[in-house]
Amino acid sequence: MTVNGEQRRVAVEARETLADALRDGLGLTGTNLGCEHGVCGSCTVSVDGVAVRSCLLLAVQCAGAEVRTVEGLAGADGELSVLQRAFSAEHGLQCGFCTPGFLCLLQQALDDEPALDRDAERLEEVLASNLCRCTGYAGIRRAVVRAAGELRGEQPAG
Amino acid sequence: MKLPAFAHRVAGSGAEAAALLAEAGTDGAVLAGGQSLLLEMRYGRARPTVLVDVNRARDLAGLAVADGELRLGALVRHAAVERLELDDPLARLLGKAAAVVAHPPIRARGTFVGSLAWAHPASEWCALSRALEARITVRGPAGERDVAAGTWFRGAFRTQRAPDEVVTGVALPLLGAGTGVGFAEHRRTSGSFALAAAGCAVRVEGERVTAARIGLANAADVPLRATAAEAVLVGSDGSAPAVAAAADAAAREADPASEPHCSAEYRRHTLEVLVRRALTEALADADTGATGYLAWT
Repeated sequence: MTVNGEQRRVAVEARETLADALRDGLGLTGTNLGCEHGVCGSCTVSVDGVAVRSCLLLAVQCAGAEVRTVEGLAGADGELSVLQRAFSAEHGLQCGFCTPGFLCLLQQALDDEPALDRDAERLEEVLASNLCRCTGYAGIRRAVVRAAGELRGEQPAG
Repeated sequence: MKLPAFAHRVAGSGAEAAALLAEAGTDGAVLAGGQSLLLEMRYGRARPTVLVDVNRARDLAGLAVADGELRLGALVRHAAVERLELDDPLARLLGKAAAVVAHPPIRARGTFVGSLAWAHPASEWCALSRALEARITVRGPAGERDVAAGTWFRGAFRTQRAPDEVVTGVALPLLGAGTGVGFAEHRRTSGSFALAAAGCAVRVEGERVTAARIGLANAADVPLRATAAEAVLVGSDGSAPAVAAAADAAAREADPASEPHCSAEYRRHTLEVLVRRALTEALADADTGATGYLAWT
């Protein structure tokens, strides 16, 4: 499969999930496993341009797929992405455990819907996909608004 | 818990899936969206030793409208049902329900037909399929057969599917222009399973309700079509007292289960409220002057 633009080969047992293969097989431990029940969303990654739970997808199902994890968001030189900088600026994280999942979820959402921040109801629905037990979501919501504006070339307010 | 060991077999078509299932005997399971199956396997409630993966079976990916029906193949994801491009009130009804099926990343993988195969009592898709008398198609080694939604569900997580059969698709009747639709659900948190849900379709001609379908989720161990409530509503003027009487009838014909956080009485009361809300929404949505397709009545 292609992971963050790089061709990667990994041998897996049928029972290994994509999350297991990323973490244990490829050493990409940025993808966190929380509940392993599809509830918390910490393991969210993009597969072929769709945000999915990597704990509820078998690695063997991803043969030939294009996978993007949190490690693939920053630039090649390590410069943080617009969304990552917005999370930092708006205090969209505290302990950081849920952050990779939120970043993958929201990066995909912004790729698909650049005006996501202008539809409060839709943004709420996307945010409700993942759990954050620290921030109360307000900072994350502000980060999406900031990042969406910046990606459209608008000046950040304040 | 990590998943136990199993063999992964890829089926290139529905027929191949049936053949692989037949080979697996009673130890096989179909992997489509996997959003429930893999969960059940983690809990140890499902213990298949062979997973027949149908994700590459192109003949199961179809989504089409023909002969007054919407036909969904086994690989049509919840997300596709949420965004149906179809000029019929059925699309609105399915869209309302899709919005409360889990959350977007789960909807991106899970399938409509998979819900029918899993037969969770709280399933929105099972309730709507039951109410609209959908036709479910399964394929076994001997070929395909159709099963009416009314006989499909045998109990919680139990259907007419044999171990060597794969559910290949479902056909839902179009509702026709002017049909009003409504959906209401109660759940503890966003993304939770429904504690109870009600979906309905109504037709109104002149001052009278001429047809109604009411489907209930978690009102029993199988999805219910609230036929007594439909009978109360049809022929009435669709006024608030008529809607209240229908909701009351629906609550009485329900046989809800009691759970620690949701007693049977509470669920019955919830169903009454939800039916009232869904019917009120549907009646407001109905076009009283329409003469649309009526095959579903």
